[in-house]
Amino acid sequence: MRIAKRSELTKVQIVLVRLAAVVGALIFGGVFLIILGENPLTIYTSMIDGGLGSFFRFRETVNLTIPLLITSLGVMVAFKMRFWNIGAEGQIFMGAFAASYFALNFAYLPKIVLLPLMGLAAMVSGGIWLLIPAWFKAKFGTNETLFTLMLNYIALKWVTYLQYSLWKDPAGMGFPKIPSFEENALLPKILGIHVGWVIALLLIYLAYIYLNHTKTGYEIAVIGESEDTARYAGIDIKRVILKTMFLSGGICGLVGMIQASGISGTLSVDLSGGVGFTAIITAWLSGLNPVMVGIVSFLFAMLRQGGSFIQTAYEIPASAAEILQALILFFVLASEFFVRYKFVLSHKHGTGVKK
Amino acid sequence: MKKLVILFLVLAMVSTMILGCSSDNGDNGNGNGTEEQLVVGFIYVGPTNDGGYTTAHDNGRLFMEQELGDKVKTIYKESVPEDKGEVVKVIREMVDQGAEIVFATSFGHMDGLIEAAAEFPEVTFSHCSGYQTADNATNYFGRMYQARYLSGIVAGMKTETNKIAYVAAFPIPEVIRGINAFTLGAQSVNPDVEVHVRWTNTWYDPASEKAAAEALLDEGCDVTAQHQDSTATMVAAEEAGAFSIGYNVSSEEAVPKAYMTAPLWNWGEYYLTAVQEVLDGTWTNTPYWGGMYEGIVTLDELTALAPEGAAEAVEAAEQKIVSGDFDVFYGPVLNQAGEEIVKAGEKMSDADMLSMNWFVKGVVGTIPASN
Repeated sequence: MRIAKRSELTKVQIVLVRLAAVVGALIFGGVFLIILGENPLTIYTSMIDGGLGSFFRFRETVNLTIPLLITSLGVMVAFKMRFWNIGAEGQIFMGAFAASYFALNFAYLPKIVLLPLMGLAAMVSGGIWLLIPAWFKAKFGTNETLFTLMLNYIALKWVTYLQYSLWKDPAGMGFPKIPSFEENALLPKILGIHVGWVIALLLIYLAYIYLNHTKTGYEIAVIGESEDTARYAGIDIKRVILKTMFLSGGICGLVGMIQASGISGTLSVDLSGGVGFTAIITAWLSGLNPVMVGIVSFLFAMLRQGGSFIQTAYEIPASAAEILQALILFFVLASEFFVRYKFVLSHKHGTGVKK
Repeated sequence: MKKLVILFLVLAMVSTMILGCSSDNGDNGNGNGTEEQLVVGFIYVGPTNDGGYTTAHDNGRLFMEQELGDKVKTIYKESVPEDKGEVVKVIREMVDQGAEIVFATSFGHMDGLIEAAAEFPEVTFSHCSGYQTADNATNYFGRMYQARYLSGIVAGMKTETNKIAYVAAFPIPEVIRGINAFTLGAQSVNPDVEVHVRWTNTWYDPASEKAAAEALLDEGCDVTAQHQDSTATMVAAEEAGAFSIGYNVSSEEAVPKAYMTAPLWNWGEYYLTAVQEVLDGTWTNTPYWGGMYEGIVTLDELTALAPEGAAEAVEAAEQKIVSGDFDVFYGPVLNQAGEEIVKAGEKMSDADMLSMNWFVKGVVGTIPASN
């Protein structure tokens, strides 16, 4: 048996492969749940119930969707250009840091001034955080995957330092936390959910327009397909890389501001909840399409919220609920392999890669 | 592409509708309590099987559930980060599942709990180890320093190098109070003893706890004590051939060659009282701070590794504490610089104990300045 490259699958076939993966994961997870002594059907229905069953739960799902969606859009812009931005987590933290600086020191400003200022600061800060590896890549050809990954830890440790020492709340009686924001540094709510959801929907639209209907969007696509073609076509590659990376990091940085201002009410090392990494998966699974990013992020958030729900409802240990989520993820990602390759039994067909 | 989008939208809509309907019927199959059952939520900072702090709380939950039987149903969430947003989110989930009283068990859960208390005025909240209250929120804790004083007696008699290791979590009053009480207990039987402190800045991180313990053992300590939620410190002691004082729950099985005793929590007493009060409608937001007399803190039975004569010495001190004749911070108490903080013949007030931010003489270590 060997592995052969598939010819292009139709969209419907791709969807079928992915659905099969989800079904496979559910069956596999079901066995796991039976071992734990639970009824898989009850657990699965209550996972969906936990994600959507009431306004409360729906709101929590949306609260999880917002950061995931916007971060996915951010990394997607970079991925379009085959620039592997693995550093969204760090950009989120640097964005949150810059937003918190204004929230903590300029709390006397009116809300209408302060919030945009925080958002802008977060975008610039996140943008710069990705501009550093982008500049090195454009100038010296460094590996951006490693570079952006490492910058995550620097950002995280910087926030840890702020929380444990520089910005530690003197009223915290020695406990390492940063003071809570004043009321006017908190995001307002629309329909019971903080305005992040409006920003998220707006960004989907803007990303769609930017990537499909602007000159830069076209240049990004060309560079992503082939740098040589782009160079031949007279595109200023370095400029486009730097511009796009600033944008990508900026969008991720904005997530930091939204989380600090809309959810945590302050800066903390637990602020991101790991979305910077999850977003890489969601952006990829969405096929780098802004609308799909929205849908996939929502489904992911549902999975997480449902997983959190079954923990309390069924006393399933936190780690078991996470294993279940990871199983589904694993199957879906593995299915990507079958979208591109197939197993061939005889030597008659195809001109595949040998195993 | 369009087809794909439409397919997903249809799937999402159908599932939303099905679920929307099912929960309208009130039968969402998630095991919510029945009409008469009071749902009680517990927010834990670690996993229930951490063999320490969270295990102690969970034992308390199970005790309360067993005592009250069908009148209550408990739900809990493990490993909830000490982040305001996370805590509020977990509380919303619990209230959504019918919780009418929520206990949050770690200091860093305080801000989130207070915010949620304002959001849900009809729910009763109680927060372990903090200091804020609201009309529907109070805090509870135990006078663990009393049991720590007793454990200090055991450690003080055991040490031969006169250097005791103390692996500590955060430099907050609760932890500092424990270190001081432990040191005073050790000094009561061994005036030359020194207690060497290392901060880990985490409640539960076995790796860094163990590293801190190993560093202190290398410095010549031969007995360890801890304010951490795992057994890592004791494991380090056992590996080094030293002896240990645990915390939270008995660890004799986990570290049989090192474990001498531990100050223990008996949270069930409080949980039973508080939930019973909510059931009876007599709950008030008066903070709870029980001690050995109430039975919420105790010292574990000494193992065979404890030094000779320790049981008698502990017994004598325990009687004085339970009877109210003595409460650890009775003057004279000196700080590290040798200044008399509590004068001879006087005793420290609860308020001073709750805001303690200095070490007694004999503690080797510093409290990081909080700007």
